[in-house]
Amino acid sequence: MVIFFQQVLNGIMLGAVYSLFALGLTIIYGILKIPNFAHGALYMWAGFTSLFLVINFHTNYWVSLLIGMAVLGLVGVGIERVVFRPLREQPHINSFIGAVGLIFVLESLSLIVWGPDFRRFPPLYDQTFNIFGVTITLERLLVIVAAILFIILLQLFIKRTWMGATIEAVAQNPEGAQLVGISIDRVSSLTFGIGIALAAAAATLIAPVFLVYSTMGDMPNLKAFVIIIVGGLGSIPGAVIGGFMLGLIEALGGGYISTDYKDIFAFGILVTFLTIRPTGLFGKGVR
Amino acid sequence: MNPTVRKWLFLAVLVVAVIIPQLITNKYYMNILIMSGIWAIVTLALNLILGYTGQAQLAHGAFFGIGAYAAALTMLKLNLNFWLALPFGAAVAGFFGLIIGLPALRTKGSYFAIGTMCFNIIVTLIIDRWEGLTNGSRGLMGIPGFAPIPLPWVGEITFKTQAAQFYLVLFFLLLTIFILRRTIQSLVGRSFRAIRGNEELAEALGIPSTKTKLLSLIISCALAGMGGVLYASYIGFLSPDQTDFRLGFNFLIYILIGGIGTMIGPIIGTLLIVTLPDALQVAADYRMFIYGIILVFMIIYMPRGIMGALQDLSNRKRS
Repeated sequence: MVIFFQQVLNGIMLGAVYSLFALGLTIIYGILKIPNFAHGALYMWAGFTSLFLVINFHTNYWVSLLIGMAVLGLVGVGIERVVFRPLREQPHINSFIGAVGLIFVLESLSLIVWGPDFRRFPPLYDQTFNIFGVTITLERLLVIVAAILFIILLQLFIKRTWMGATIEAVAQNPEGAQLVGISIDRVSSLTFGIGIALAAAAATLIAPVFLVYSTMGDMPNLKAFVIIIVGGLGSIPGAVIGGFMLGLIEALGGGYISTDYKDIFAFGILVTFLTIRPTGLFGKGVR
Repeated sequence: MNPTVRKWLFLAVLVVAVIIPQLITNKYYMNILIMSGIWAIVTLALNLILGYTGQAQLAHGAFFGIGAYAAALTMLKLNLNFWLALPFGAAVAGFFGLIIGLPALRTKGSYFAIGTMCFNIIVTLIIDRWEGLTNGSRGLMGIPGFAPIPLPWVGEITFKTQAAQFYLVLFFLLLTIFILRRTIQSLVGRSFRAIRGNEELAEALGIPSTKTKLLSLIISCALAGMGGVLYASYIGFLSPDQTDFRLGFNFLIYILIGGIGTMIGPIIGTLLIVTLPDALQVAADYRMFIYGIILVFMIIYMPRGIMGALQDLSNRKRS
């Protein structure tokens, strides 16, 4: 039973990070209707940026997390402006190709700038807690708490602030939003910035637990796509529920069934899921 | 371009292609040409479902790899002749196209694109982990090459020289073009394009959309599988990398650079992208970087690729 709870806890940690990552992807899809395939590459850059700050300037971990979010958020705004805005009126697949081009640029640039080595964050906290035999490090606990905090903050931003309301308005009805004077361009920039900043937060949160390297974003990227497809493209609750679901399934499946085939679960779920419900849990169908 | 000019141009290119192996003696360049021929077959196959039917299928690497592995395993374990393994590999890939198409084609747009991509990842993971059958990440070695064709009285045609291998690949490239042209110009091909244009409208006109898309997918997958078999026998080695979804991205990129939904575009795109980096002698680290920038630039300013840009030019001249 202890092993079970240990795995559940690991699953929750993984799920929290997956959710955060997938949230960014799903709000970007909701507004711009593009599958931002370069999300994982930007996530990787965030990991390196925070690591650079912590190691070279001895910045506090949480400060470097916020700086990483801000820097990558700005990069996201720039990318939206330069690459995705001109592609908005073109067929879907073109934005996808644009994103694939961005992956090439970002990953090769990271090899040039940061090198091919696997890097490790200096350990942050070494306390561990023991609750009924289940051990958890403070580090992992903080990952969970911080990720959930960011999810709540995003929800509050969208539901309670005027700026967040414009995002929801455009997601629901772009023409109607334009009619009442909301600038689609502005909302697109804002959404992209926030989406990438969330991925940056996810990267810095998980980096001390795992490692930092140039392809660290590849698997989370693919899994996040699974999550938002299962949750329904553009759906915020879908991304959160899907993220935690996947984290738990992976941790339990890896613990009880087979670690070899751990990565297959995610993609297997997706394919079975799509055959049963082609538009995801909360999806509204495709235009 | 009017049909006669087009015919002559095609003949001229064909003559050049036939002469080329006699002119180029450098083994390295010949290898690049043969490889581009194989990639062109797979790229053309993808263009049928992507360019002509409008379905963003992102599992082409898997179908290429399934064809390659199916043929390689039957050749290695059952001693099947290359000329039997080739149709077998293509058939297996086509069969997988059917199996995957049935559930996947229920979905549309991005769901279809990402769903097929996930299928590709599953295939790669299974091939990587199923060591007993596929030898896992160490890969399959010593796959038999192109078998000679016995001819009565004269002897046999062998494929030992690079020139002969080049002609073999060229033959299959022409066969692919022939099959695709006949498909596209037929009534079925018209229904493919009708679905690309407007699926609801096509259905209203009595075109069974799922069945039609499935047919396009199966043909596309079988041809990709055929390309895979050629690759396996030419290189003689297969590993899970040859089924990776990024491979499918390469084909997608060749199509977009050359011109989507055209017959010549994908071939030009393949030749250009496969040969150019070697011609430019760029350092590998910077190659992907430059490549990515070109890709982003092209997709923004020349979304219909080289063929599209040429068409626009000739239209402008006429008007």
